[in-house]
Amino acid sequence: MGKTFSKPRSLTDQPTHYCPGCTHGVIHRLVAETIDELDIMERTVGIAPVGCAVLAYNYFNCDFQEAAHGRAPAMATGIKRVRPDLVVFTYQGDGDLASIGMGEIVHAANRGEKFTVIFVNNAVYGMTGGQMAPTTMPGQRTTTSPRGRNVEEVGMPIKVAELLAALETPAYITRQTVIDPKGIRKAKKAIRKAFEYQLAGRCFSLVEVVSTCPTNWGMTPVEAVAWARETLLPYYQLGEFKVPE
Amino acid sequence: MAYHHQIDAERCKGCGLCVAVCPKKVLEIATAVNTRGYFPAYQARPEDCVFCAICATMCPDVAITITEVEEIRAAG
Amino acid sequence: MGKILMKGNEAIGEAAIRAGCLNYFAYPITPQSEVAEYLAKRMPEVGGVFLQGESEVAVGYMLFGAAGAGERVFTTSSSPGISLMSEAISYIAAAQLPVVFVNIIRGGPGLGGILPSQGDYFQATKGGGHGDYRLLVLAPASVQETAEMVMMAFPLAEKYRNPVMILGDGLIGQMMEPVEFPDHLRTAPSDKNAWASNGMATRGSRQRNLVKSLFLDPEALNNQNLLLKSKYDRMRREEVRYETYNLDGDYRVLIVSYGTMSRVCRTAVDNLKAAGVEVGLLRPQTLFPFPLEAVREAAGRPACQAVISIEMSMGQMVEDVERAVCGIRPVHWYGKCGGDVPTPEEVMDVVRGLMAGGR
Repeated sequence: MGKTFSKPRSLTDQPTHYCPGCTHGVIHRLVAETIDELDIMERTVGIAPVGCAVLAYNYFNCDFQEAAHGRAPAMATGIKRVRPDLVVFTYQGDGDLASIGMGEIVHAANRGEKFTVIFVNNAVYGMTGGQMAPTTMPGQRTTTSPRGRNVEEVGMPIKVAELLAALETPAYITRQTVIDPKGIRKAKKAIRKAFEYQLAGRCFSLVEVVSTCPTNWGMTPVEAVAWARETLLPYYQLGEFKVPE
Repeated sequence: MAYHHQIDAERCKGCGLCVAVCPKKVLEIATAVNTRGYFPAYQARPEDCVFCAICATMCPDVAITITEVEEIRAAG
Repeated sequence: MGKILMKGNEAIGEAAIRAGCLNYFAYPITPQSEVAEYLAKRMPEVGGVFLQGESEVAVGYMLFGAAGAGERVFTTSSSPGISLMSEAISYIAAAQLPVVFVNIIRGGPGLGGILPSQGDYFQATKGGGHGDYRLLVLAPASVQETAEMVMMAFPLAEKYRNPVMILGDGLIGQMMEPVEFPDHLRTAPSDKNAWASNGMATRGSRQRNLVKSLFLDPEALNNQNLLLKSKYDRMRREEVRYETYNLDGDYRVLIVSYGTMSRVCRTAVDNLKAAGVEVGLLRPQTLFPFPLEAVREAAGRPACQAVISIEMSMGQMVEDVERAVCGIRPVHWYGKCGGDVPTPEEVMDVVRGLMAGGR
């Protein structure tokens, strides 16, 4: 028995600018499939970050705003507060969310803002050329940690899902991965669950997605998947860290 | 029900993830470049394809589609 | 509805509601926290949105989101807070979003002080954020005028799809004066379906809207800048506002002053007139667009020997006055920072000093 497979309606036809093997493309598809399945494209507003995904708006057919670096959660707050009927999601990278935007994400989560965050964690700044991110691993070489991340100098990588799950306000916080088909299927379920919590006006929702960055990791896409599995997943444990009662 | 598996050679960036995950080892990377300079994946052994869509699930570029096609009646 | 005795900050909050703006995002900062305190009570009463953000930086982008979704929205802050919002202000201007900002200026730079100042003139009129953008800047001199300017700011922001800034100061925010909110200044929001990301279903459209400021293609970015410039040029043609006082006589010195400082100068002009000394006063009500022609014309009068910009700063508006006067008269400055508002007597001494040909 086989399955059909086709591009979701919410995705445009435009080929992406992402590097070969970059899993941004997978995550875009999962979000678009979710928007299709929930039939919400006409009332959804996405917010693109500053980073590789700044051009995400070229790949979605719904309304979009483009944020300043790190400020997407504040923009989403503004939209959702004045138009609670709209479905709002931010799509952010690790530099955007966990570095410059840490204040915004913590407070949006703590206020229980009813929007959904898709947080792509690939342990490096992609767009600007592979610099160290808050999620860069100890010893991981980047263009700004050429001898490897030195935890004595810059501390340990930040576990965003656990950090936000410590907040008392009810929320849906989960970490998934898209480095293999099994992970992708589970990530899709989590993304759908996140949007459903939003539609029910239930709580803030964030899906952290462990991803690859072959170009800036200096690996082939297949090697990047292996490195992510061996190095990232043990540190960034998958699972649901917070579910509203 | 019959299916048709297709890789859009122009959209594919030759990342090789589909080749790696295909449970039936159907796919390979072509030796000819597409117009954007990538070596796209293709079905080297289409007869082995079971249309499980694992490759399509893994593809970051939505370059793989699987569609249903009418049973091809035996001729005559 | 007759006049009510109200504190400036509260009048600002009420004016926005009366103008038809029911969305307010802000962060506390002296000397204007009363606006937030007032609206924390009032907005729920009128079914509006009140939210205290985690920082002025975040507030700046809450404004962007809300305006980008096609809703009227405003904020109030004070000097350091406006500095933090300046990046967002640049983004809001670049994305052509109508947002109203009120800056109740306090002493600077740095943490400075909490008393009145006019030290943010450059920040407001020459761009506190990055890139070629301008703000339509209104400068009230009383609680009544502040209320009216806040109400006028919303249709102006929508007319130009550009941020508008009201430049008050700690005195205007903190003092109480009788105020009323003219019904004719209440306006319906403009239609934003052509550009707002307010949901395709909202506007019954199959065409999605995109609110952004990134233009990687150099020609596209240049065109975007030319588009913005055309709006600012239009502001220069259509939005200049100023008030004159005692300019009909043979004044020997022209004072240019705005906001609270202009009220002190007005008293000085009256006192000097009583002492037989004619002094003219021109009060810009818009700081951008600056009333260049009016100042030049007033400075060029035969009897006028000197022009002086009197402001609670170390001399900022004086540069625009010099630009207007183009050297046809000597231009001077007098001002004090720190929050001590110069007295009428100080102004009178300075003006007399100019007349004695001292300078």
